[in-house]
Amino acid sequence: MVKSLVITGFGINCEEEMAAAYQLAGAEAVIVHLNEILLGQVSIHDYDILNFPGGFSFGDDLASGKVVANKIKYKKLPSGKVLLDEIKQFLSDGKFILGVCNGFQMLVRMGLLPNTNHQFEQEATLSNNNSAKFEDRWVYCKVNNSSKTPFLQDIDVIALPARHGEGKLIFMDDAMRETVKKHDLNCLSYCTADGEITSAYPANPNGADMNCAGLTSPSGQVLGLMPHPEAYLSLYNNPNWGQIKRQSSDIDEAGEGLKIFQNIVDHINGLHLIKTSDLEKSLLNKLNSKG
Amino acid sequence: MTASIQILLKPHIVDVKGNKVASKCLNQLGIETGKVKSSKLFSVNYEASEDDLKDYANRCIKDAVTDEILVNTLYQPSEFQSCIAIAQLPGVTDDEGTSAQMAWVDFFNIDADVNTQHIFSQEIYYFENKLSEEALQTIAKRLLGNPLINHFSYSYHNNAGQISFVPYVPEVKMAADETVNTININLDDQQLIQLSKEMVLALNLAEMKAIVHYYKDAQTIADRQKVGLGTAPTDCELEILGQTWSEHCKHKEFNAVIHYKNNETGEQKQINSLFKTFIKGTTSKVQESLEANQNEWLVKVFSDNAGVVKATKDKLFVWKVETHNSPSALDPYGGAITGILGNNRDPLGTGIGGGRLLFNTNVLCFGDPDYDKPLLTGQLHPRRIMEGVVSGIEDGGNKSGVPTVNGSVVFDDRYSGKPLVYCGTGALMPYHYKGMDSWEKPIDADDRIVVAGGRVGKDGIHGATFSSIEIDEHSPSSAVQIGSPITQKKMADFLVKACEAGLVKCSTDNGAGGLSSSIGELATISGGAVVQLDQVPLKYAGLKPWEIFVSESQERMTLVIESKHIDSLFAMAKAMEVELTDIGNFSNDGFLDIRYKDKMVAYIDMKFLHEGDPQKIMYAEWEKPSLTEPTLPTDINYNETLLALMGSLNICSRESIIRQYDHEVKGKTIIKPLMGPEGKAPQDAAIMRFGFDSFEGVAVSNGILPRYGDIDAYEMSAGAFDEAMRQIISAGGSLPNTQSNDGIFWSVNDNFCVPDSEYHPEGNPDGKVKLAKLVQMCEALYDMATFFDIPLTSGKDSMKNDFKADGVKISVPPTILYSMTAKVNDVRKTVTSEFKAAGDLVYQLGNTYDELGASEFYRLHDALGANVPKVRKEEAKSLYLKVMQANAEALIESSHDISDGGLAVTLVESAFGGSLGVEIALDNLGDLPNHVKLFSESHSRFVVSVRPENQVKFERLMGEKAFYLGKVNNNKEVKIDNIVAVSTEALLEAWSGRLLL
Repeated sequence: MVKSLVITGFGINCEEEMAAAYQLAGAEAVIVHLNEILLGQVSIHDYDILNFPGGFSFGDDLASGKVVANKIKYKKLPSGKVLLDEIKQFLSDGKFILGVCNGFQMLVRMGLLPNTNHQFEQEATLSNNNSAKFEDRWVYCKVNNSSKTPFLQDIDVIALPARHGEGKLIFMDDAMRETVKKHDLNCLSYCTADGEITSAYPANPNGADMNCAGLTSPSGQVLGLMPHPEAYLSLYNNPNWGQIKRQSSDIDEAGEGLKIFQNIVDHINGLHLIKTSDLEKSLLNKLNSKG
Repeated sequence: MTASIQILLKPHIVDVKGNKVASKCLNQLGIETGKVKSSKLFSVNYEASEDDLKDYANRCIKDAVTDEILVNTLYQPSEFQSCIAIAQLPGVTDDEGTSAQMAWVDFFNIDADVNTQHIFSQEIYYFENKLSEEALQTIAKRLLGNPLINHFSYSYHNNAGQISFVPYVPEVKMAADETVNTININLDDQQLIQLSKEMVLALNLAEMKAIVHYYKDAQTIADRQKVGLGTAPTDCELEILGQTWSEHCKHKEFNAVIHYKNNETGEQKQINSLFKTFIKGTTSKVQESLEANQNEWLVKVFSDNAGVVKATKDKLFVWKVETHNSPSALDPYGGAITGILGNNRDPLGTGIGGGRLLFNTNVLCFGDPDYDKPLLTGQLHPRRIMEGVVSGIEDGGNKSGVPTVNGSVVFDDRYSGKPLVYCGTGALMPYHYKGMDSWEKPIDADDRIVVAGGRVGKDGIHGATFSSIEIDEHSPSSAVQIGSPITQKKMADFLVKACEAGLVKCSTDNGAGGLSSSIGELATISGGAVVQLDQVPLKYAGLKPWEIFVSESQERMTLVIESKHIDSLFAMAKAMEVELTDIGNFSNDGFLDIRYKDKMVAYIDMKFLHEGDPQKIMYAEWEKPSLTEPTLPTDINYNETLLALMGSLNICSRESIIRQYDHEVKGKTIIKPLMGPEGKAPQDAAIMRFGFDSFEGVAVSNGILPRYGDIDAYEMSAGAFDEAMRQIISAGGSLPNTQSNDGIFWSVNDNFCVPDSEYHPEGNPDGKVKLAKLVQMCEALYDMATFFDIPLTSGKDSMKNDFKADGVKISVPPTILYSMTAKVNDVRKTVTSEFKAAGDLVYQLGNTYDELGASEFYRLHDALGANVPKVRKEEAKSLYLKVMQANAEALIESSHDISDGGLAVTLVESAFGGSLGVEIALDNLGDLPNHVKLFSESHSRFVVSVRPENQVKFERLMGEKAFYLGKVNNNKEVKIDNIVAVSTEALLEAWSGRLLL
């Protein structure tokens, strides 16, 4: 079974629905306080996916996600390493990382996204919305079909709730913007209901560079996005569920956000299948021989 | 030496914060600032080398993309001519500084104390124009901060053409003060009153005399002698009595003997406690009726921090609504954030504690944001109050990860002195923790007293007594409390885990009255307590023992722990970075025994403390006001009237407030405040599901109608009850107790906020009428709740909502809020307000009467009128039962209850909410005049839409209660006979453009 680790503590507050998302997608999900990892009580290497949920870690002080990113970069584990070293190992083992909203802000500040030069240095930031306020409103996002992250496979346009005050993505400079574009790391863009990418407020709720709502790493193993897929697990999360249901009464009651979690769980199951196919063959043989 | 780190945005980065300040200065204050540049400054008191400091600043503070950093030098621009630096005053919570400390200890990998402030943050704004000192002060005090909690530095270009200033470092430098004073109470009446006033005890003469009597008693003298105390009370003892006997904690007026005289009916009666007669009395009667029908879901009412009912087969639902009015009048942001966080601690500290917070609600009453009367000394402008309160609720909810799902905003200039800030929180708790009943509060002698969470400072001293008196220009600034959502979130996460692990015997909130209140109340369970005040962790030195005991520093809870669990509990807290301190134990000797080191600070008989205050006697006299219906112009322009109503303050869209609250964190909100294809449809009740494993959930609504009370307080209270109830019915909820053992719980909190209602010939000459109104509000509550079998489970009363300054008094109108919650078996079967499809049939359910008294329509004509809407209980109930039946058969596509602005406004909201149009004929509503049919605010009515194929079934079921009005269409226009034809776009614009934050 795919094992997913959901981090919480210090003001992270979307851990419950994140864990529910993985459970609904058929994975095992465990919620763990960040300190349990920093104190060496839990190892991230026992899991397939590492998740940084949304919230207000340390109240967004210094900058959103900054204090947790600092902890991960600088606070020494009992082993003498820092957690970022473990995360690098986790990625080179071919595993996956997801960050949503405050979690996305942490990933960007840790240098995990977009990470164009594989140096784990900060190359972009998430800054105050142009509206200068926190807003909760639903947005549409267009998936960049050339992006290679398995999280977004077979999704074209997705409706999701955006709930943030610091979601305006800004890249370090023009060169960085070009690199991101060239490698299709801008995997998710704000768009209209018809899928037209737009900079118009409020469809683009924050004024992000290139209307970017989410980023992936060059390998596609890391995904970070501002809107909340874990808050759209059920059709009834959509503010327009009344009319949607009226228009098609036999519609699937699962929410569109669930697809992202299903994708990554299926993808990892596929990988496991390849790895374990030999073992399974022998098991099957055993079963067959038992008759 | 104090080092400094200043952060500035790189020149090419848009300064969102600076721009916002510039536009607010212009729009709200009329001050042209030119360009505004924002900056942040940290003052660092840790010892560190210059290199280490720079390393820390660059790697931990600076954003590589947007920021520039200055270490130990300050920005000295030549293009900005004036500046304001805003710091906290000493001892005021500085979360940003604390977070910078966290970054410091993580970066240098040191084991340091993060609970004492070593890094201080401040904000700086540079202004392009040379502003006068007066203009800078106005900007500082009206937009950027509050002199009660902030220090402002102003500076200008110096001779070199540059700005510079010395950063203010708000260190608290006080010597430890262990003094315990005794107070002489051998005084005459006048002197006793004076003493009560000087010590801010808020006790009256009878109460002061009861205290004198206690201290003269031979038994008291003997008891005190045994512990080494003299005959005079200590400062701490008087403070404890003042706090315990405060109106806020003791509800003296709700427990008073009231002599009531109704001059309208000639009725005279004596009421022994409004609370016992009407509030508790109501619920006892309802409980009997429920249990006679095997509906046994009431678990705990009025005896704990929140009401508890059975929600599902394994979860209890905990519900509490409170007000935080006085603090919000002084510091709107701080008042509101501590209001919501404090209210969160109620369900967290109910029973054993550790309930998981499910949602917040808020109902706010303000003066007109465009208020243009001169402000009294100490009075803040209503817009300032509104914006501060809204951001306090935003941060309090959002930063705690609790969705704000329902609320209401009422505008009336009588709220411009004291605003009303009602905060509600619902939570879920398991039935059992490791075999213990979660809702119980067992305490035995020798159980340890452990405080968790924030440290104690001077903040909030006298909060409980202060809220029990009216605010005036001399109100103590120490009554202001500052919230820290992150401290509370950490504590709440810990408490949930500790309770689930079975380590907590029970817990309670530290709110008004601080330790004195929490320990004083818990000690009644075991029969006493011994507290070592020197063990209580302080933010800074210098608090006297009594101050430690009554301080209302926030984010603290008191836990009752069995000795055997102390070690595991402390280990868990350390891992989660929550500070715990063992400060004493419970006892059973009947005394509250408070010590500082080896000194006795207080020793009070528990029985006297909790039962020794004399019952208050009050007088109420009802005189019916003589009111008449107004004469209206004969040529009403209905298009213009409708547009004016949509844009009126009490009807217009709250979107700019609502969207600042996260209403869907946790992913369980099914009906949010705004729904529909464009997110513009306002809803009646919120619907939350309980979890991801079932579709069971709860409907949440609020009813509040203060302006109706200007005509009839009874009907106002009954109407507000109906409003909250019908919103739940509209959204697809069900009345309770309609079937045996149906599990449909209802849990209601009543919150009274009234002006000073104690008669005084000079100070409060209309006090008797005000008290009579309160009695009538209670009578309506009783009649409604017992008729519908809807129980009150908790609530609050706030009795002195007056603002006095410069010889003027601004009093709130008597106000009651009913906050209702009800079980919904399947959230997928609930109903939203927006029309769903063209061709659907539109009906009004329920009867319209000529009831325009106190309506929004009359307000357009500056009239009050006389015909206030009356609740017809039987009629309402039979309609609600039919609506429930129609929903059970899935016959209703949309439903919106008719309230402010009447039928016309309701139709408009359902139309633009669904991005559709509607065409209506009014003839089926009988022979009332058109303006009555359209704008009367008669209760217990709905606008619903129905699929054409369900017409026969629906009409047969509803019978004469349904009035066919017309059809939904795609025209995006609202058309009513030949009197109204307006595009939904124009209506939406009028509705959306009025209230912008």
